Amino acid sequence: MTSSAVSARAGALVEVTGVEKRFGTTRALRGVDLSLEAGQCLGLVGRNGAGKSTLVSILSGLSAPDAGTVRFGGAPAPRVGDIGRWREWIAAVFQHSMIVPYLSVAENVFLGARSPLVSWRAMRRRTRDILGEWGLDIAPETLCRELSVEQMQVVEIARALTRGARCVLLDEPTAALERQASQRLFDRVRQLTAAGVAVLYISHHLEEVFEICQDVAVLRDGDLVLAAPTASLGKDDLVAAMVGGVRTAGPAPGPRADSAPGGLAPAEPVPRETVLAVDGLTSGSPRGRLSGVSLRVQAGEVVGVTGLLGAGVATIGRVIAGAEPRSGGEVLLRGRPVPSGRRAAAQRAGIGYIPEDRRAEGFVAHLGVAENTTMTITRELSGRLGVLAPRRRAAAAAPITARLSLVSSGPAQPVAELSGGNQQKVTVARTLAHRPSLIVAITPTRGVDVASKELLLSSLAGVAAASGAGVLLCSDELSDLEICDRVIVLVRGEVFTEFSRPPFDRDALILATEGLQGTAVASRGDDPPHPPMPARPGPITATATVPDPAAPAKSSPGQDDK
Amino acid sequence: MISNQAPQGPVPAAVRADSGGAPPPGLALGARIRSMNVSVLREVALLPVLVLLIVVGTVVSPAFFTVSNFAGIGQQSSALGVVVVGESLILLIGGMDLSLESTFGLAPMVAAWLIVPVAAYGSGTDLSPYLGILILLAVGAAVGLVNGLLIVRGRLNGFIVTLGMTIVLAGLQNGVVKAQSLFNLPYPFGYLGAASIGQLPVSLIVAVVIFILTGLFLRYHRVGRAIYAVGGNPAAARAAGIKVERIKIGVYVAGSMLAAIGGLMEAGRVSAVTGQQGYGEGIIFSVFAAAVIGGVSLKGGRGNMVGAASGVILLGIVGDILDLANVSNYWIEAIDGAVILFALFLARVVGGESTAEER
Repeated sequence: MTSSAVSARAGALVEVTGVEKRFGTTRALRGVDLSLEAGQCLGLVGRNGAGKSTLVSILSGLSAPDAGTVRFGGAPAPRVGDIGRWREWIAAVFQHSMIVPYLSVAENVFLGARSPLVSWRAMRRRTRDILGEWGLDIAPETLCRELSVEQMQVVEIARALTRGARCVLLDEPTAALERQASQRLFDRVRQLTAAGVAVLYISHHLEEVFEICQDVAVLRDGDLVLAAPTASLGKDDLVAAMVGGVRTAGPAPGPRADSAPGGLAPAEPVPRETVLAVDGLTSGSPRGRLSGVSLRVQAGEVVGVTGLLGAGVATIGRVIAGAEPRSGGEVLLRGRPVPSGRRAAAQRAGIGYIPEDRRAEGFVAHLGVAENTTMTITRELSGRLGVLAPRRRAAAAAPITARLSLVSSGPAQPVAELSGGNQQKVTVARTLAHRPSLIVAITPTRGVDVASKELLLSSLAGVAAASGAGVLLCSDELSDLEICDRVIVLVRGEVFTEFSRPPFDRDALILATEGLQGTAVASRGDDPPHPPMPARPGPITATATVPDPAAPAKSSPGQDDK
Repeated sequence: MISNQAPQGPVPAAVRADSGGAPPPGLALGARIRSMNVSVLREVALLPVLVLLIVVGTVVSPAFFTVSNFAGIGQQSSALGVVVVGESLILLIGGMDLSLESTFGLAPMVAAWLIVPVAAYGSGTDLSPYLGILILLAVGAAVGLVNGLLIVRGRLNGFIVTLGMTIVLAGLQNGVVKAQSLFNLPYPFGYLGAASIGQLPVSLIVAVVIFILTGLFLRYHRVGRAIYAVGGNPAAARAAGIKVERIKIGVYVAGSMLAAIGGLMEAGRVSAVTGQQGYGEGIIFSVFAAAVIGGVSLKGGRGNMVGAASGVILLGIVGDILDLANVSNYWIEAIDGAVILFALFLARVVGGESTAEER
């Protein structure tokens, strides 16, 4: 189908030729050729639904292609389903961890090993050796549930290598990693390729692909549309290949004007209504504690909250949305107090919630698109006796799903069958449906492709502009923050600083999340309505004390606009 | 609006929708059929089996294919059927309740004890039978409430809580009347289980009405839909503003009340309340079997009343055929159990319901 620079080289470690896969009448893959050599790192990119997941499941031996072949080292691949033999060639590390949490590190590394007898001592010794090689100093006896996401990932890679896999398939490996952990992952990938292992690197983050992949392949609608060395390409070329000819938005991530249609920019500094007022919020959540956070969101304003993993970014969103209780502080929505930890009450008060983990909280997988979309408004849609006609549901869902360009075969299609990006749109649609006066969105674009990302963000910004809803965007993805009017940076559960004038300087943001007051943090405090936060003396990282959640708020409560 | 569409060309739009999430092989056809009509296939899944059983029954005994025999099956199955409705609701929210079988015995026992005379081993309070029926419902509701609070608010494991409750309730059932059987049930109390309108047993009519109303409720009522959402993904339901705990507790209460009504039918049918009714007979296996044969998922969120009803009918016909075929009492349980296992297998094959769920 597509001639490519990386396909059909002689002596390839993994060679895919003419692979096709159909689901019913739809063709998920249409004759894909791909090859990987030892020591090569190939990036695989494409939008949600382009066929990446299908290709991954074929490459990892979980499903068989309808046509075409997969060859390892020149020989035909093992039978599909013979996972043990398959793993001797290729192993996948998925977005969702395949670690058994209640087993030790050593057991997880050797999970599924073929020897019938277990030598605990040898297992532990080899685990220690392997993990040492990867610069991971954890005891093999540690239970995996105590590990960080990064450490679990290394355990998974170690598992792949102990089976002798010569090709490792990394599916969105940085999705849940902090920046520094991502950098360490890149080092590990380089270490892998230097050792002659082939790596297939799947990511929505194009800059990562440019950073570590020598070659990149682009899937679009099941076709391999581009395969070339990364050095010969620019980011725009890649985006163009992913999206194809039709493209109305600028290069991703688009400049602010692009992603905020409807004149979101605060053109008229009329004193707007304060939608959300949070004072002295504290929480001991395991996701990251909060110690006295105060903030305000005005009507029509998009306020970003960012910080490192565990800084409390997700916690503040969840607490305000009522998804988890707070241990202190006040949340006022349009002046009225919102009770702690009661999601239903918070929603009735007008707080919409786009949760962090869409699989866990975003939708009910086997129910239809329309039913999921209208799940927040069943009371409004139902008649006097609570009778809820499916037709009314579909009619109510249609305009919202259309607005988000949600692709499904119909309102009754189970959300489980949609691609990841469309699933995320269902979650967003469900929130928009009840016309909240405040939308709390936690990492709303995780696992979503570039174009859908823009669409989701712009629809959030658009809702804010059109309806006067406030948006609290809690995200550690810096590109999400481009639609924000202000960005609040949390460090260890406290407001560290605030950026009040877009565009935000990326490096300054990164420094601030690390708790460093770089010289670049200039936009802070230059906005009279937002008095500057008291500057912290010296880098915070040096004083590595965990703040007492009961301690009074160190952050100034005076960042109120009034 | 920014276009989210890649160039269309001849590609059906669903390509993009379908190819994500590494769909397992075999999902394709099933998915298409399901999106055409979500439930048709599963609802008729048991039809061929039922037809087969009716053919077998007709061959086995000339008495099988008669109105009076079917009325008999209906009367015998209706008590079980009502309990199956209750259990199905609880399964739908992702719970399970083993104690329904004890509620099935205890609720009518307590009510009858308060209304029959001392000579029939009553308590001597000689309450009105109508009041007795209210007490029966109250006992059911109370048991369900305790279960629901322990499981939902107390965060205890539903299996263990209801297993413990089963034994407590069965002990109460025997203790109250010191293992005697209550008889001489007044007419209004026994009416539901004993009376007939023409050839049609009242219990059958009531059971059918309960099935239909529950089915409609689940499909077209706000709370019914919330039950599916809660069972399918409680975290997502909560995030969408559904009061998950309240719905769960409510369903435990409703399930136990239905079990109590089933017990009332059974008491009327046999004109007595024995210490054996419910727990002693071990009806909970039949209850679960009927629900699961009918396609109600033990993992919650999936299943409907058409399926549950066909599960009940199937068990009723099997029992009837075994009776008519004069199968030796020593073997009847082994055969009954084997037939149920076979029916489960068949329902799985024909219905094609994936036990692999989303992964």
